[in-house]
This record gives sequence, structure tokens and C-alpha cells, in this order.
Amino acid sequence: MNFTDIHTLMPEIVMAVLALAVLLSELVIRRKETVGLLAIVSVAVTAYFIPTSFGTVFNGMFISDGYSVFFKFIFFTCLILTVLISSRYLEIERSSHGEYYALLMFATLGMMLMASAGDLIVLYLGLELMALSLYVLTGFIRHEYRSNEASLKYFLLGAFSSAILLYGIMMIYAQTGTTDINTISSVLTEKKATVSLLLSVIFLLVAFSFKIALAPFHMWTPDVYEGAPTSITAFMSVGPKAAGFAVLGRVFLVGLYPLQINWIPLLIGLSILTMAVGNILAIQQRSVKRMLAYSSIAHAGYAVIGIIAGGNEGVSAMMNYLLIYMFMNIGAFSILILMRSEDFLGESLDDFKGLAKTHPLTAGLMLLFMFSLTGIPPTAGFIGKFYLFKAAVGAGYTWLAIVTVIFSAISAYFYLRVVIYMYMHEPEGEAVSLSGSPSLGLALLISALLVLFIGIYPSPFISFARIVTG
Amino acid sequence: MLEFFFGYLSLVIIIFSLLVVLSKNAIHSVLYMLVMFFHVAGIYLLLQAEFLAAVQIIVYAGAILVLFLFAIMLLNLREELSAEQLTDGWPASLAVVAGLLLTLMLSLGGFTTTFNGSWSPEKIKEITFTKALGQALYTGYILPFEVASIILLVAIVGAIVLAKRRLN
Amino acid sequence: MPGRYLPTEYLPVAIFIAISIAFGLGALIMGSMVRLRRPYREKLMPYESGIDPVGEPRVRFSIRFYIIAMLFVVFDVEAIFMYPWAIVFDKIGLFALIEMIIFIVILLVGYVYALKKEAFRWE
Repeated sequence: MNFTDIHTLMPEIVMAVLALAVLLSELVIRRKETVGLLAIVSVAVTAYFIPTSFGTVFNGMFISDGYSVFFKFIFFTCLILTVLISSRYLEIERSSHGEYYALLMFATLGMMLMASAGDLIVLYLGLELMALSLYVLTGFIRHEYRSNEASLKYFLLGAFSSAILLYGIMMIYAQTGTTDINTISSVLTEKKATVSLLLSVIFLLVAFSFKIALAPFHMWTPDVYEGAPTSITAFMSVGPKAAGFAVLGRVFLVGLYPLQINWIPLLIGLSILTMAVGNILAIQQRSVKRMLAYSSIAHAGYAVIGIIAGGNEGVSAMMNYLLIYMFMNIGAFSILILMRSEDFLGESLDDFKGLAKTHPLTAGLMLLFMFSLTGIPPTAGFIGKFYLFKAAVGAGYTWLAIVTVIFSAISAYFYLRVVIYMYMHEPEGEAVSLSGSPSLGLALLISALLVLFIGIYPSPFISFARIVTG
Repeated sequence: MLEFFFGYLSLVIIIFSLLVVLSKNAIHSVLYMLVMFFHVAGIYLLLQAEFLAAVQIIVYAGAILVLFLFAIMLLNLREELSAEQLTDGWPASLAVVAGLLLTLMLSLGGFTTTFNGSWSPEKIKEITFTKALGQALYTGYILPFEVASIILLVAIVGAIVLAKRRLN
Repeated sequence: MPGRYLPTEYLPVAIFIAISIAFGLGALIMGSMVRLRRPYREKLMPYESGIDPVGEPRVRFSIRFYIIAMLFVVFDVEAIFMYPWAIVFDKIGLFALIEMIIFIVILLVGYVYALKKEAFRWE
């Protein structure tokens, strides 16, 4: 590597340096909101170096292209929104420590490395960096058993899936003699699809399915999402999931592309099973937080369709879907955080009874996010699903698009149930007291505006995703 | 001769790995693991990876096992020791492990035994493994090397955040 | 194929290990063959410097040990990375120095953090 190529790595270097600075600032700054503010400023500084970062360094080990830049844009927005919804919430949970923001930044750095990884080793290290930070963040409310348990479960299953990923990488290496994703692709085009190659593909697929919570590898998701601090659940269900999709796309649509006819049926099976498990089990949930966890499983099942469809159309639809999902999902979790106060959990469906009478604005925002998660126009959720279906039909999977529509219809039941509880039921007992703060309001405003904006005027985002994948 | 050593080391590794899993006393498991780690180091020696053999003994047998022992001593395992079976999920684990074994056995046929790239066994023999490792690690693999240090840093922060009694 | 070369230069190490195992086992076996065996209750008690043993041998460790062990592992791994670096330092030169400085500075931040959080203090 020459020092003239340093601009390609600049966003990662800046992010790493600033994350270290934020960690050290925790030691001297008393007010932890200030540390959060520093994290937001750091993201802005890092984003400044993104436009000049295009290129490839370390013999293709690190790739900064349109694809990775789009994902980094998602990660940055996700980090900013998470910091905004966290500061007040952490005080309510009596866990306001600066390490929280530093760990969020380290997780984001890991996700950036994943999106840019051109080599399976860099991919693995980025993934571990992200996962290790998340294990700690999941257990961040140290005095709560629920949080401790979630952290331990997440760690054990995460370590297990990392081992499976390493097996997959080892087997691919043993058969192609390389860990470079582009070279793997060119070696595989000359090889026949042997049993051992297919088995290594399965290993990689299982490992990534764990990370993005595709059924039947989703078992950890409901417990972990429910036990983790709500702000971290919002973060986990968006950023790391998008990072998982980024590597899934890069490894399967570039490295393992020659074996596409072999892995497409597997991915279709996983996608349908995921939609079924996520949507059907979400119906039974009385806790809105747990319902959103299952909903997050179901949405991963939708987004995978973009990879199945493949090509420019499919990948850009998947990327757009993840972007839209970020705004509507973080929005929904922000409402949960708004409901949480010192002596009130605010997670149960019953807590939402009659919210429209007591807090009409909050209920209206929740209505918007629920409509968007269901995919009702004119919200962004509709646009995301529409382009996924379009890509699926274009690639000849019309039946898969129909199956997805059916599951979306099922999902309307549990999303709209929240709306019915808010608007059709009378408030019970004392009125819910909201714990709002300016930063949480800002996060809600950004999410709601973008859910509406993308829903009404999607073309800039759609064409942006098309250009960067083109 | 190579085959003999390889056979001996593999046999001991398999037996002691089984003992680690099957032993009811967690402390015994750790001691069996110690024996296993030494034999894994032997396998590394056969593969010319002397440095990794040393790392295996210093880091795994030395540091990681101590951490294991601490973790066991942190828990109060007295009731578990008198239990007939430590976990009742063993049939599922057995199925998973058997499946894994079968998968690896099936895929062994596709593995290439010839070397690929610029580091041939002869060349490594000539300049010694540690030098070869250093040259590969500190020229081509700088990025993973630096990322590794950040992962270690997160491990420090994580340990303190999760286990420190007072955080402020 | 299990490797290509026999690590013959490690033969002395193997002999050394064999001798030390034989020595340890031999002493035990010899002792059991030669010594008299007259057990009584006091003799069979665990030896605690002549004081009657109290409580169970297995005490629950404090979580404080865990943090120290964890920090030890991390810095142990850091030190391991320096060995191959030192060996090839003359070949790579200044570039290797910069790499290692970055590596150490990152972990130094962790060290400062741990120090300021009083992770090394027995609270």
C-alpha cells in the first residue's frame, strides 16, 4: 500500500481515532449527553471523508465502492438516530455511561469494515468487532437480569455462529486457495459444483442467517431484542442487520455467484420460512417490544428477496428497503422509549390503550410507523415493498412476490392491532406520562418526515441506490 | 514417521476432547483441555508453524485456561456436581456435532492438498516460519492486524463495563 | 499429508518433556512402593499448616479476579504480536515501526481507560 491511497481508508481511520477520543472523553466529561453529542459530531466528520474515499487498497482486501458507501450512509444515520434516542432513556434506566457511545462507534466501525470487506478475513474481523461491541451493549443495563440474560444468550449464539462462519471460510479457502472474494469468484467459475463446495456455501449461509436472523436461525432474536436496552434493540435491528445484508450480498452475489443456481433455492426457502415464522409468531405477542422483534425477523425475510432477484434491480431494492426499514423501525422504537418512564415499562399492548385520547400526537406518529411497517401507501414502507416485488417479478419470481404479499397481509393484523388499541379503546387507569426530550423529539421528527417523504417522493433515493450499484 | 506422530497427536486430541465434554467435574475438564492444547501445539509443529505452537502454549494453555478456571470458580457449581447430568440438552448437541463431523468428512475430498500462492513449504523451511509469518502479517495483512488491536480494546472496555462494581 | 517436514530440531524438547514426565511419575510410583502406609484420621486431613481446615475447599472467587485475568489475556496477546514483528523489523523498517506504534497506541488508550476506571485497584 502507498500512502497516496490513504484516502480510501480515511473514513475508517477517522472513525477509529474519534471512537478512541470518545472513549477517553468519557473519563473527563461529567455530563454524558456531551459524550453522545461528540459521537454525533464524529459521525459528521467521518462522513466528510466518504465522497473522496472511492478506491481499492491492500490488493483488493478493502473496497470502497458505491455499494459500500450506500451501506455506510445507512450505518451513520442509524448511529445518529440511536444516539438521539438514547441519552434520556439511559438516564431513566440509570445506566448513563460514556462507554455506551464509544461502543456504538466501535460497532459502527466494524459494520463499515464489513460493508467494505473484499477479503473474508477482513469480513470476519469486522463482524467480530461489531458483535463484541453489541454483546456488551446488550448487557449495558447491568442491574437488570433481563439485560444480563439477553447479553449472555446473544454472546453464546453469536460465538457459535462465528465458529460456523470460520468453518465456512476455512472450507472455501481449502478448495479455492484464497480468501479474496473476487478471486474466489474467478476460481469457482472454472470449478464444478462439488458436494464439498456446496457444503461450504451452506456453512456461510447459516452463519450469515444467524447474523441477520433468518428462520430457522432466529431463535436468539426475540429474547435478545426484548432483553436489550430499547435503544440498542432499535440499533441492532437496523445497523448490524444491514451490515449482515451487505456481506451476504457481497459474498453471495460476487464471490459465490458462479454457484448461484445452487444457493438460490436455499435462500428462497429461508426467505419464505422467515416471513412465516416472523409474521405468524408476532400475532401472539402481547408485548409491543417483542412483537417488533418478530416483525424485524419478518422484514429480513422480505429484504432477502432483493438478493434472490439479484442484479442491479434486486440489490438496489434490497438496499432501499433496508434504508426505509431503518426510519420506520427506529421511529417505532422511539415511541416505545417515549412511553418508558422511571416506574413504567410501557411495552405491553395494554399500555397503548386509548393513547389517542391522552397523547394524540404520539399516537399519530405510532400510527404512521405502523402503517409504514405494514406497507400501506403513501408511507415509505409501501415504496420499499413495491420495488422488492418489482425486482422479484422482473427476475421471474412472480409467485414469490405473491407469497410475500400474503404474508404482508397477515402482518397487517398485528401492526394495526396497536392502532386499534390506541384509537378504539378507552384509556385504562392513570394516563401514561411520556418522558420526552428534545433529542428524542428530533429523532422522531427525522424518522417521521423521512417515512412520509420517501413514501411520497421516492425517486431520489431509488435512483441513488441504482446509480451506486450500477 | 510423520504419519506416526500425526496419528498419536490426533488420537490424544480426540480422546481428551471427548473427556473435556463428558467429564462431570468442570475443573477436570479444564485439566483435560490443557493436555489437549499441548497436543494441538504438536500438530502445529508438524505443519512447520512453530510460532503458532508457542502461541498455543503461551496464550491458550497459559492465559485462556486460567481465565476458564476463574470463570468456573466464579460460579458455585456444587449442586451441578452432584447432578446426574450437567445438561439435559445433550441429544440435540450430539446431533449437531455428528452433523458437523459428517459435513466435514464429506467435504474433505474437495480440499486441495497442493499449496497456492507465494509461500511454499520449502521457502518457509528455508527462512523459518516466524519470519515468513512476520513478513506476511506486517506487509500484506496490516489492516487485519490493526483491526485486531481495536477488537482487543473493545474486549478491555467490555470486561470493565460488564464486571466492574462501580463504573464512575 | 500431515505436514512435509519432521520438526527434528524439536527433538531435544520432546526428550526434555519425556524426561520430566518420567521423573514426576517415577517419583510418585517409587514413593508408593517404598513408603509405609499407616493412615489415621489426622493424617488423612487436608494439610492447612497444622490448623484444622475450615469450610469447603472450593470457595467462590470474586469477580475482581475476572477483570484482571481478562486484562492479562488481552495484553498477553498484544505482546505475542510483537515477537514476529521484532524478527522481521530489519527487513520492513520504518513502515513496521509505524504499524506497531499505531497498534500500541490503540491498546494504550485501553490501558489508560482501565487505569482511570481503577480496574487495577482492589476495591
